[in-house]
Amino acid sequence: MTLKIIASQCTSCSACEPECPNVAITEKNGTFVIDPKKCTECIGHFDAPQCAAVCPVDNTCVIDNAYPRYQAPA
Amino acid sequence: MTSLDVGTAEAVEGANAAVAMDDVMQKIAEHKGCGTSGGSGKASCGSGAGQGDLPTEIWEKVKNHPCYSEEAHHHYARMHVAVAPACNIQCNYCNRKYDCANESRPGVVSEKLTPEQAAKKVLAVASTIPQMTVLGIAGPGDPLANPEKTFKTFDLISRTAPDIKLCLSTNGLALPDHVDTIAGYNVDHVTITINMVDPEVGAKIYPWVFWKHKRYTGVEAAKLLTDRQLQGLEMLTERGILCKVNSVMIPGINDKHLVEVNKAVKSRGAFLHNIMPLISAPEHGTVFGLNGQRGPSAQELKALQDSCEGEMNMMRHCRQCRADAVGLLGEDRSAEFTTEKIMAIEVDYDLESRKAYQEKVEEERVAKVAAKQEELATLAGAASDIKLLIAVATKGSGLINEHFGHAKEFQVYELSTSGAKFVGHRRVDLYCQGGYGDEDSLETVIRAINDCHAVFVAKIGGCPKNDLIKAGIEPVDQFAHEFIEKSAIAWFKAYLDKVNSGEIEHQERGDAEIRQGALINAA
Repeated sequence: MTLKIIASQCTSCSACEPECPNVAITEKNGTFVIDPKKCTECIGHFDAPQCAAVCPVDNTCVIDNAYPRYQAPA
Repeated sequence: MTSLDVGTAEAVEGANAAVAMDDVMQKIAEHKGCGTSGGSGKASCGSGAGQGDLPTEIWEKVKNHPCYSEEAHHHYARMHVAVAPACNIQCNYCNRKYDCANESRPGVVSEKLTPEQAAKKVLAVASTIPQMTVLGIAGPGDPLANPEKTFKTFDLISRTAPDIKLCLSTNGLALPDHVDTIAGYNVDHVTITINMVDPEVGAKIYPWVFWKHKRYTGVEAAKLLTDRQLQGLEMLTERGILCKVNSVMIPGINDKHLVEVNKAVKSRGAFLHNIMPLISAPEHGTVFGLNGQRGPSAQELKALQDSCEGEMNMMRHCRQCRADAVGLLGEDRSAEFTTEKIMAIEVDYDLESRKAYQEKVEEERVAKVAAKQEELATLAGAASDIKLLIAVATKGSGLINEHFGHAKEFQVYELSTSGAKFVGHRRVDLYCQGGYGDEDSLETVIRAINDCHAVFVAKIGGCPKNDLIKAGIEPVDQFAHEFIEKSAIAWFKAYLDKVNSGEIEHQERGDAEIRQGALINAA
């Protein structure tokens, strides 16, 4: 799985971008998006996904159920 | 643009006794270690209206900074550039969807800027407004939660416009990590927002902070924040960087506690304390706005400011401006300098002509002080307990130079036998729109200055004149385009003479302590 940013709630404050350990977050058309290929849910890096921890709007950086759960490399 | 529009946040009302230059000078003197250590906060070697015996480098720091000197704010302008959108804490008076309604770093901006755009904007504004002397980074998030953007902006500006003073306003969480960089860019004014020094109080104001890759909540979060704020304050003052502390007064939560905050920041060398009223309305979408938390009344605010004033200098001229404000403190010219417009401006940054202009401003300022001193001398020996307020319509420069109907705000001075003292401002809606009067607006103005005995204007029409007289406020237009303080003292002297001769009887103007809330048409 990966996280996604709900565009309608994103304030474009950019706080998440530098916190992502995988450089998976970029700005597109005024809001920020997460590249599902790069997102690891911060597993192996931090206790909690950094984008969600720093986001000023609750429930804006959320798990995207459209993708399978991230598996940390053994 | 959000509903919290241009300068609507200027709510430091009920302001009484702003930071007079003399007091500032005394405070600086003490700050530099040449004062007494008494509890009054007043130094023994304070100087008069000029540089006096102050170290030149300190005088240079405050003499043309509109936020650090009440006296300077009549002459010099500042601008904020909105390069720092990210924040590392959450405050209950801020909603990032609409941005922060409080504070002098409120997040209300029309557009975010890159550091390169910001540098261009600064040059464009500085070329257009030669009295613009200060550049601040105040958000809309926290400058130190965006360190690359903030310091890149300072770097670009210090290269191209070396005469502009740099300052920033922060919540303090990341401050200790950046003090050396701040000092390295010669940022000599830093504002820290400190709303509490007790984590139990803090837990009611801050739902969380983000620090070292972790979100902290509750008392733990507030403890972290207060420790970092006070540490950062100490580190800055050790390096001789002037620190202003902003506090948002939230009745029932930190109102009484702010006296403790005042003591804590004073003992750590803060230069100036700015207690501002909470701005709170449901439409702001903030936690406080939605749960009905009220802001303080003008009387409550003034009482708190007064109780802290014996301890240290209080800022009373704050307009709680936007994170992209441009101009003198009472005005906002940000709409003239949108990105589209500044990119089209051919900038010719002429250091020499800016210098020449500012020298003229200094001459005007010295003349103003001299005129005031001269007039004050004629008051010497006059004995009277009478203290009264007057309102002044001004466009700046310390002159009575605004038409009554064009005034967006009135500056309020307290007159007594010891002189004329700036005690605050009253924002009013434009009374005159399209060149003719509007009755409702006139009533608004009268309510806003109802505790004043007179209103000094450059010009006033016949109708409003009669209505003011009916309301008991004397319209005074005989001092048009003259210095405010000199004119006010001259008028006051004549007033005392008339009282003494029995020609008139002095009457209190209602409750002089009551101040009209600044947000007449709330955002």
